[in-house]
Amino acid sequence: MITLEQLPKGKEAVIMGVSAGHGLQNRLCYMNIRTGKTIKKITSQPLRGPVIIEIDSRQCAIGRGMAKKIFVEEK
Amino acid sequence: MKILLVGNPNVGKSALFSRLTGVDVVISNYSGTTVEYKKGVMKLGREKAEVIDVPGTYSLEAASKAEEVAIDMIKEGEIVVNVVDVTNLERNLYLTLQLLEKNIPVIVALNFWNETKHCGIEVDVKKLEKLLDIPVIPTVAITAEGVKALVKNIKNAKKHSLKNTDNERWAKIGKIIKQTQKITPKRHTFLQRLEDLTINPLTGIPIAVIVMLSVFYIIRFIGEGLITYVFDPLFGLYLPLMQKLSSILGNGFLHNILIGQLIDGKIDFLQSMGLLTTGLFVPIAMVLPYVLAFYLMLSILEDSGYLPRLSTLVDTIMHKIGLHGLAIIPMMLGAGCNVPGVLGTRILESKRQRFIVITLLSIAIPCMAQTAMLYGLLGKYGIKGLGIVFLTLAIVWIILGIILNKFIKGEIPETFIEITPYRMPKIRILTKKLWWRMKGFMKEAIPYMLLGVIIVNILYIFGVIDIAGEIAAPIVSGIFGLPKEAVASLLVGFLRKDVAVGMLLPLGLTLKQLIIASVVLTMYFPCIATFVIIFKELGLKDTIKSSLIMIVSTLIVGGLLNLIL
Repeated sequence: MITLEQLPKGKEAVIMGVSAGHGLQNRLCYMNIRTGKTIKKITSQPLRGPVIIEIDSRQCAIGRGMAKKIFVEEK
Repeated sequence: MKILLVGNPNVGKSALFSRLTGVDVVISNYSGTTVEYKKGVMKLGREKAEVIDVPGTYSLEAASKAEEVAIDMIKEGEIVVNVVDVTNLERNLYLTLQLLEKNIPVIVALNFWNETKHCGIEVDVKKLEKLLDIPVIPTVAITAEGVKALVKNIKNAKKHSLKNTDNERWAKIGKIIKQTQKITPKRHTFLQRLEDLTINPLTGIPIAVIVMLSVFYIIRFIGEGLITYVFDPLFGLYLPLMQKLSSILGNGFLHNILIGQLIDGKIDFLQSMGLLTTGLFVPIAMVLPYVLAFYLMLSILEDSGYLPRLSTLVDTIMHKIGLHGLAIIPMMLGAGCNVPGVLGTRILESKRQRFIVITLLSIAIPCMAQTAMLYGLLGKYGIKGLGIVFLTLAIVWIILGIILNKFIKGEIPETFIEITPYRMPKIRILTKKLWWRMKGFMKEAIPYMLLGVIIVNILYIFGVIDIAGEIAAPIVSGIFGLPKEAVASLLVGFLRKDVAVGMLLPLGLTLKQLIIASVVLTMYFPCIATFVIIFKELGLKDTIKSSLIMIVSTLIVGGLLNLIL
């Protein structure tokens, strides 16, 4: 298991869990970013900028700090 | 009866709202266009119903100010029309299920129905209706498809008071999706390839630079074109008329107010300062063309869906001044007019971010009306004139941002931006939005403009300007190195910055003085319309804090420029 930050660009992965406080977990959850969902990492912005993922064929930018707390299993 | 339109951000609530009520509202292709609720009235059979366009929210727990507004509204509603993006059903249903726990009648509008086909999505509406046990109507809000059926079914909205935990909700949604939705994998379309190209830093950053430069040049091109080929000739025809009126009126009070001062025996539209001369010429022939061009380009950026991508690309830089990439959106709105800019800060989550953006916006981002006038005043000096003004403002923006980020307590919340899909801007919506914004500009600008001109005349007649000039001389002359007559311009700047810039012209300032006056006029204080909105958004304490920052930084920057230049 690796974090979303470590996931290579262009790879698909399944979310295994999110290790974060209640607030952050809820926020991700409302966006349908939750355990069991398949996501694809599109790219990440330089200088520790946000990570871009695709979920349900929608793109979404997530801060690095948050990406480090999302654990995934590469497909 | 009160009908609420509730749904995730960017699902077309506002488009539906304007279909239902006939009230025009701004719609765009990014999350958080609507930050304030809007009300309208629709006919429901023989009854009249109040319709409220609620800001988008992902859940019934607030994360931003706009979401707070939404949640407060729901408590007051009598019927909820839950607008759902059919191309993103799973996520949207979460809010639907939460609404079904509130014991309030709900009906679902399954919006973007026209996009299902090319997204390769099939949804079994009948089944969905059965599983949710509320009416579900497919709609295309921007073309009005299905809106009649929706209206007909509003009375059939059904209330439930389910009780679910988070996990139970998602489990239910999973079941519903499985039974009602079929997705066939589709090929990569052109727009999707463009999505990838514009978000990958390697290609996205150069594209962003090209886009912003093109926007800038197109605005200039359209603005200048309109002035040269439309408005200048128009006022050329109007001039003899005014000359005649001037000779009829002769000298006196009425002449002074209507026509203003004659410059070398002639009317000068820019300098005469009469209601019918400068009062009309500045807003119509100098400012309006640029405002029109600006809003055209902004609307295209908004409707295409480019803004969330731009926000993502600038996110890293914006973090250095304590902000999210999303803060670029209120800043860009502010470059049109600071009022919508300040309101637009509601898409940001924290009070701290809103304070920083509002303060930076009022200090370092001149509105289009002022920019147009600055261009008229300093454009002929090129880089050495206008260039220095904007470079100074940019440096102030960065340094002040860094300082505010250091000294205002609080953390920057993690970035979280929904990147909406690209959509081809619709001409009908573009023109409607442009017309709506221009109407707003005319309503706002011309009365204030005329009031400004009257006040200037009255202040001169009663000698108030001379007295104010004496009092403010130590600052205006001592620190900024400007003649004390410039005080008149600074006073009028509270009312309208564009007239204030125009008032610098007859003073015969040197280039250095013009630059300092332009920077000071931009920074020292927002115009009254913006100030009122800032007060509403920030409250008394923070407004005072923000105003003090404005005054102190103006003194420092104006003084420094006077020393350096």
